[in-house]
Amino acid sequence: MRINPRFTNKFVQIGLNLQAFFTVGILVIIVAIICFKGLPYVNFEFIFSYPQDMGRIGGIFPSIAGTILLALLSILFATPLGVGTAIFLTEYTKESRFTKIIRFGVESLAGIPSILYGLFGFIFFVIKLKMGWSLLAGVLTITIMILPTIIRTSEEAIKAVPRNLRIVSYSLSATKWETVTKVVLPSAIPGILTGIMLSVGRAVGETAAVIFTMGSSLRLPTSLFDSGRTMAVHFYILAREGISMEKAYGTALVLVVSILLINVVAYYLMNKAISRYS
Amino acid sequence: MMSTKIAISGLRVAFSKNEILKGITIDVHRNTITGFMGPSGSGKTTLISVINRMIDFEEGVHMEGEVYIDGQNILDGGLNAVELRRRVGTVFAVPTPLPRSIYENIAYGPRLRGIGDRIMLHYIVEDSLKKAFLWDEVKDRLSLSALKLSGGQQQRLCLARTLALKPEIILLDEPCSGLDPISTAKIEDALSELKKDFTIILVSNNTKQIARITDFSAFFYLGELIEYDTTEKLFTTPAIKKTEDYIQGKFG
Repeated sequence: MRINPRFTNKFVQIGLNLQAFFTVGILVIIVAIICFKGLPYVNFEFIFSYPQDMGRIGGIFPSIAGTILLALLSILFATPLGVGTAIFLTEYTKESRFTKIIRFGVESLAGIPSILYGLFGFIFFVIKLKMGWSLLAGVLTITIMILPTIIRTSEEAIKAVPRNLRIVSYSLSATKWETVTKVVLPSAIPGILTGIMLSVGRAVGETAAVIFTMGSSLRLPTSLFDSGRTMAVHFYILAREGISMEKAYGTALVLVVSILLINVVAYYLMNKAISRYS
Repeated sequence: MMSTKIAISGLRVAFSKNEILKGITIDVHRNTITGFMGPSGSGKTTLISVINRMIDFEEGVHMEGEVYIDGQNILDGGLNAVELRRRVGTVFAVPTPLPRSIYENIAYGPRLRGIGDRIMLHYIVEDSLKKAFLWDEVKDRLSLSALKLSGGQQQRLCLARTLALKPEIILLDEPCSGLDPISTAKIEDALSELKKDFTIILVSNNTKQIARITDFSAFFYLGELIEYDTTEKLFTTPAIKKTEDYIQGKFG
């Protein structure tokens, strides 16, 4: 017996709607809980003052600064390295055993749990290179951690640029480098930006790898060799050691709002890039 | 008096083991439109991709023979292919604007050559668009994305973009294959004007188009040049039966 296709269609439509609703619903519930629990404690003073008594009183300014510094510097290191690798893999080499090995390596790196990056960073940067718990050790570790994401997303974005555009560019007497910089990369920017944004999210939300390498000092890091604490680490320590659940939720709210803000800004930039090049 | 612009002799091209061009010898005359016609698989497109050295981007190519432009062998290993492509402009079958504005599409080639002067660029853009019979339609919206133009306009944009390189030779690979008759007529009008200043090779499957606007015609079949003569002679009294059959549409 055949099921009426109109019925199937309706059924699938309702089912898919429910699934989408469910996904968005979870997000809304999480954000709502954090807002509900954290909002009473977040004010101007909380954001702009220093913590006292392990964070029981005062604000979280140094953690906000630490988070921004860590994410920004990691992106600054990882983007040129990652996009460069992606350009090399897609435009400057033919598919070979060599590129397959690189790709396999990148994929393996992407699958490693972050705490192992933390352990590596601790052994190599903190101990072996004598950086101590420092912003620099944290940045280098996070850079390595987010590189695979940036490489893979950039590679996909570059590959998605139609071959025709490259051919036209060459036919207009462009060299390979001119074609890459003037035609391929501009068209790939939205995809590359997506990778960068995903990476910012990971850097901002990371705890394990950061505690091991950047440490958890409550002071404001003023040089690359200062230890510091990101919001995620601050939240973890406040909650884990039962210092102050109020302040923990306040920190979580600031963290979530900043991630949302970053995403909004990224979408805005992306749309600008798209409208400029199409 | 006709003088030779491109002299091809004994050109053989093979992809892996598959021979596409089987020894082509042909002279293309300066300031004329020469039509290359023949059914698909005859090697026309491969032939022009040798003339602009775009064939360099294909893999497993084996070439023999010589291609001279103004007496210089362009298959010479030492030749700068990037510089060659400035002298030999190409318009492809599918209109492919770069994802940027109309103005920036035309300015792309000149900018690569280091022309940054605004007045100079404006002049080149306007001049190229006029020569491609597109200026009147786009002069008020040069900053519009080129992707927003119609297919026929896009193809004339591609022609203008090629003209902006100030090439000596223009290769057109079935430029009207996807266009309506009015757009086709505009491109043909532009080409008839342009031959005063350029040497033009028009690849087309449309024998009527070849008959309308070319001065010389070459008929290719399965990688060989079957017949090459003035268009008038080829279309009225072809020397070879196969040419006649093709022109009359008996196969294609």
